[in-house]
Amino acid sequence: MPDNPWFSWSYVTSSWDELSTLLWQHALITVEAVLIAFVVSVPLAALAARVRWLAGPILAGTSALYTIPSLALFAILAPVLGIGRTSVLVGLVLYALVILVRNTLAGLQSVDPAVLDAARGLGFGRFRRFWSVELPGALPGILAGLRLATVSTVALVTVGVVVGYGGLGTLILRGFQSFYRAEIMTATLLCLLLALVLDVVIWAVGRALTPWRRGAGA
Amino acid sequence: MSDNVLHDAFVWLNDPLNWQGPDGILTLTAQHLGMTAAAVGIAAVIALPLGTWLGHVRRFDRFSAGLLVAANTSRALPTLGVILLLATAGLFGNTATVIAAALFAIPVILTNTYTGVRGVDAGVTDAARGVGMGGTRIVWQVELPLAVPLVAAGLRTTIVQVVATIPLAALAGGGGLGQIINLGFGTQNYGQVLAGGLLIAVLCLVIDGILAVLQRVVTPRPLRVSGRPRTA
Repeated sequence: MPDNPWFSWSYVTSSWDELSTLLWQHALITVEAVLIAFVVSVPLAALAARVRWLAGPILAGTSALYTIPSLALFAILAPVLGIGRTSVLVGLVLYALVILVRNTLAGLQSVDPAVLDAARGLGFGRFRRFWSVELPGALPGILAGLRLATVSTVALVTVGVVVGYGGLGTLILRGFQSFYRAEIMTATLLCLLLALVLDVVIWAVGRALTPWRRGAGA
Repeated sequence: MSDNVLHDAFVWLNDPLNWQGPDGILTLTAQHLGMTAAAVGIAAVIALPLGTWLGHVRRFDRFSAGLLVAANTSRALPTLGVILLLATAGLFGNTATVIAAALFAIPVILTNTYTGVRGVDAGVTDAARGVGMGGTRIVWQVELPLAVPLVAAGLRTTIVQVVATIPLAALAGGGGLGQIINLGFGTQNYGQVLAGGLLIAVLCLVIDGILAVLQRVVTPRPLRVSGRPRTA
């Protein structure tokens, strides 16, 4: 049996073109999924926070969705949406949505009612109260949700390989089929690295957006 | 197209031949649950005693912070990569998946058990010591009963997570219900793919539902929370 190392620099350097293309693909679909989920989650969470009887069904629905494993979700989506990027993207958006709605709702509920009263007393209208009081107050919860959603999405993309679009997962499965350990290891480590980098970026953006929380720790 | 696939999926599910035999739905479900039990068992045997002990001695608080970091980092680790790496280490697909699922389950059980036991009011354990209870009795009769809500929540999360991880075994050449999906993709039989996806989804929802009831039953009445637990 030929040499089958767990990691090899020569593999990394010789396949860098492919690695960087797939890494970029992986990063792009992650960011796209989280952004779409974010845009959808804010009005959904705002609705759940306002209309009390809607909060139960929205939370129950999202947690049921989260219980469904990624392979099963992709298997349900692919026959309907077709093999390829769309199915993976929709699946990722759904999972990210679950995390974001929960966290945004928790964030909105954590806003001190006295602060909202004060804003009302100052003559803030509904929209302005939401935009400049509630949303900033919910920001810590929203950011925690964004970090969690992004990190989980990076790992989930790899399963997309069964639907023909897995970013670095492509290398993980191919490495297994050709029994080449270094390929699987490199792709796995790159996923970890990508998650770490995106996590730090969101943390830094969050820190810049919430100057009043500095010194409170990460 | 989608109408046809849905129709195909129901035809596939209605065929008794797909339910029986060594590769039938019933056998694969049993296999799936067996692998889940193995993974959760391994994780629980390691994490429950360790978490209880760490919480009981009320030291190593730094260690617990490290645990949280480990649990959070493990989210970024692609499960598929870990399973396939273990598979290339010479393990069979099923064994590799069970070990990988157990690895991802340990931090969850450990964190919940530790937090539950550590969170018991020091006044309560002091009182127990005052009435003459020894360390072992305090653990069994005071700390663990009070930690039950968190331990049960941790176990429920873990089991649901493991049931959801096991389908990936099929990609490593193993069994379980994921095999239906994998085979369907391989033969471009998308009705079968959809049927497999629906079967796994239903299994996960049913198990989560059963565990939700169990969690409520094992929690001592005074410790039951009426409202929904808040996630941060």
